[in-house]
Amino acid sequence: MINKIVKNQIFIPIAAMLFLLLFNLVTDPTFFKIAMGQNSAGNPVLSGPLITILNNGSELAILAIGMTLVTAASGGQDISVGAAIAIAGSTILRVLCGTNTRPDTLRTPIFVAFIIGCLVAMAFGAFNGVLVSIFKIQPMVATLILYTAGRSIAAWINNNELPIISDPRFGYYGGFIPGIPIPTPFFIAALCVVIIALVLKFTNLGLYTQAVGINESSSRLNGINPVFIKWLTFVILGACVAVAALIKVSRLSSINYSVIAKDIEMDAILAVALGGNALGGGKFNMAASIIGAFVIQTLTTTLFMHNVPSDALPAYKAIVVIALVVFSAPVFRDAVSKFMKNLKNGKKKEVANV
Amino acid sequence: MDNNALLNMRGIYKSFPGVKALQDVAFTLRKGEIHALMGENGAGKSTLIKVLTGVYTKDEGDITLDGKEVSIHSPEDAQHAGISTVYQEITLCPNLSVAENMYIGRSDNIIQNWKAMNEGADKMLKSLDIPAKPAQQLGSCSIAVQQMVAIARAVDMDCKVLILDEPTSSLDDNEVQKLFKLMRDLKSRGVGIIFVTHFLDQVYEVCDRITVLRDGKLVGEFEIKDLPRVQLVSKMLGKELDDLSDIKSESGAAAVDMSSVPVLEAEGLSSTEGIKPFDFNIRKGEVNGFTGLLGSGRSECVRAIFGADRVVSGTVKKNGKTVKISKPIDAMKNGIGYLPEDRKIDGIIGDLSVRENIILALQVMKGFFKPFTKAEANAFADEYIKALSIKTASADTPIKSLSGGNQQKCILARWLLTHPDYLILDEPTRGIDVGTKVDIQKLVLKLASEGMSITFISSETDEMLRTCSRLIVMRDRRVVGELKGDDLTQNKIMSTIAGGEGQ
Repeated sequence: MINKIVKNQIFIPIAAMLFLLLFNLVTDPTFFKIAMGQNSAGNPVLSGPLITILNNGSELAILAIGMTLVTAASGGQDISVGAAIAIAGSTILRVLCGTNTRPDTLRTPIFVAFIIGCLVAMAFGAFNGVLVSIFKIQPMVATLILYTAGRSIAAWINNNELPIISDPRFGYYGGFIPGIPIPTPFFIAALCVVIIALVLKFTNLGLYTQAVGINESSSRLNGINPVFIKWLTFVILGACVAVAALIKVSRLSSINYSVIAKDIEMDAILAVALGGNALGGGKFNMAASIIGAFVIQTLTTTLFMHNVPSDALPAYKAIVVIALVVFSAPVFRDAVSKFMKNLKNGKKKEVANV
Repeated sequence: MDNNALLNMRGIYKSFPGVKALQDVAFTLRKGEIHALMGENGAGKSTLIKVLTGVYTKDEGDITLDGKEVSIHSPEDAQHAGISTVYQEITLCPNLSVAENMYIGRSDNIIQNWKAMNEGADKMLKSLDIPAKPAQQLGSCSIAVQQMVAIARAVDMDCKVLILDEPTSSLDDNEVQKLFKLMRDLKSRGVGIIFVTHFLDQVYEVCDRITVLRDGKLVGEFEIKDLPRVQLVSKMLGKELDDLSDIKSESGAAAVDMSSVPVLEAEGLSSTEGIKPFDFNIRKGEVNGFTGLLGSGRSECVRAIFGADRVVSGTVKKNGKTVKISKPIDAMKNGIGYLPEDRKIDGIIGDLSVRENIILALQVMKGFFKPFTKAEANAFADEYIKALSIKTASADTPIKSLSGGNQQKCILARWLLTHPDYLILDEPTRGIDVGTKVDIQKLVLKLASEGMSITFISSETDEMLRTCSRLIVMRDRRVVGELKGDDLTQNKIMSTIAGGEGQ
């Protein structure tokens, strides 16, 4: 029974989450405090570390959805999502502001701006997808191009100016909707999770991506078009990027080209890995990835709570990641199970000797 | 013992867990001869070569070179002893120059004398008449020249024994001739050449002696002039020519109406895999087969029919109507199923469950937006697990943890589930136990009696004779004959495969 639970893929991120929560419970119980307060606009809002995790973990969870699919089908990762968020965010602001960087009223409805941002992000996703699926470039190398160029493109979209949006409605997406004390990004993430759950249930996306990731040649002989499936996953990741970008620019009602969503690709990849998914592609578990995203955010928040300076954060994260990767490596697991077996047999022998 | 012997291998044994790869094999190579090493897949050719080149360590046996006993434990030992190998795939570095490739890894000095190296290379290339310049980048030469450079490297290292492992499979006729010229040239210098190939014509063109292996055992060593082709084939396949205890279709192959419109008819079909254009047809309820030695192009033919390789010419008619099959999904939609030759690479999706593997093809045909419900998928999987008695813990078990035979049954189930009119089975019984083999043969005949058309390919002629009512014979990527009725005998098949003077 216990063996079965431990073997389940989703056990890894849940165990990591429980471990982090337990750690916080022991060292600093204020971690679990949730307070009802008011934000600057006078609306009721919940606050506290747990709410921060739900809030900031949302973009990561959304990206983890797309990253999981890309990983499964192509056996590699897209490292350009941070730069692509800058592009999509910049596009959204550009469409909302037009040429005036300090508009009093929005030029276009937010919805339209989002759709255009989404199309742009998907186009860049499609670009990455073509490099990977048709030209068979390694995903990390292929996306390195956009990783390098993306933030310049983002700046260029707005002529290197920093548009600021004063309309409070735009802030709802990354903040709070008046009257609802739970941060909006959480709802957006939840919606994305529901959508991907429905897509996985009502289409063969899951089966196809896994089949292509495990055995491309065999998939082709069963009538699947591996090139298209790989490309498709990059386009889907593009859509996820656009949603994350909307939240990111909404939080600031502006953009900082060089800082926005910096290093988020690493966290998204970590979320996939933490979910116990093989980074070499193949089988995946979407729920595990999404939980993995919140584990990463919990880790970040925990480190902040313990006054780890933000510069030192990556070093701490790295230690945790090394531990996780080693624990989940098949070599290590085999060794442990062998050790356990020997232990058991040893005990039995002792009993026999007695 | 031959005084002229250069290399002598005696009593070589080598086994792997569960397999006796070599049993008491002997091999003798003389100075200045080209010696063909022949045998079907699994005969032990490559194991013997790997023992000789130090990739594997032999369990027992002696190897003498120039009369002195040598012990070879690594490829380096082999190189020092004067044994060089040129493989089918080029193992040189395409982005280095020709001269660099010839001298790479051979100098003990830290400082490389580039001028001397280029001059040395130039001399060697000229003396062997190889059309390449020392400073030229290797990747810019044709495959044939690259292979020759590999040989030049071997010769420059003073090799006494040169092993050529399938060197001609990616060369055209012209390039093959150039290679042969080089081989004869080396022969006249006293180099002993071991030539491994599947092409019978080439063996008879260039070799002096043949050693045949079968099932890890030595069949014998023969002078080329004493061994007609037919006998060579019969020795490779292990069938005596006079053995007329023939197996006529046990089930009495269902009567096929040869006047009906063919279920599938192909004309002038050829693909990028180098098969010569061929015609093909099959009728309702017929079982036919492609036969020929390994590498003769039999798999490539069926891959072209299924659209698995890129088809470059030809027309295909399905039930009399012209159809376009350019990729597997086209073939599937036209009611064709294909069980590929290489189960691991082209068949199973290892990490997915038995259930997902079984429903895959039908699911793809049904469409991206119409996944089967869990209940439907389970019903399909359970039905075929039972029907084909697939031994698996559950339908959820990853297919890779099943035995080879059971994996094969899953792939078979996958295609039966699509209810094809025409099913292609390429080596469905390779590497699986005898019981399952018979099961599959019986199933083929049963399906045919129910009206399915089946093409059956197997390396075992017995099996083909038992199941097929018509055999298409291939040699060197070309259809060379068609046998049916009373011609379906071991003798006739072998003589057709051998071709040449045996016919």
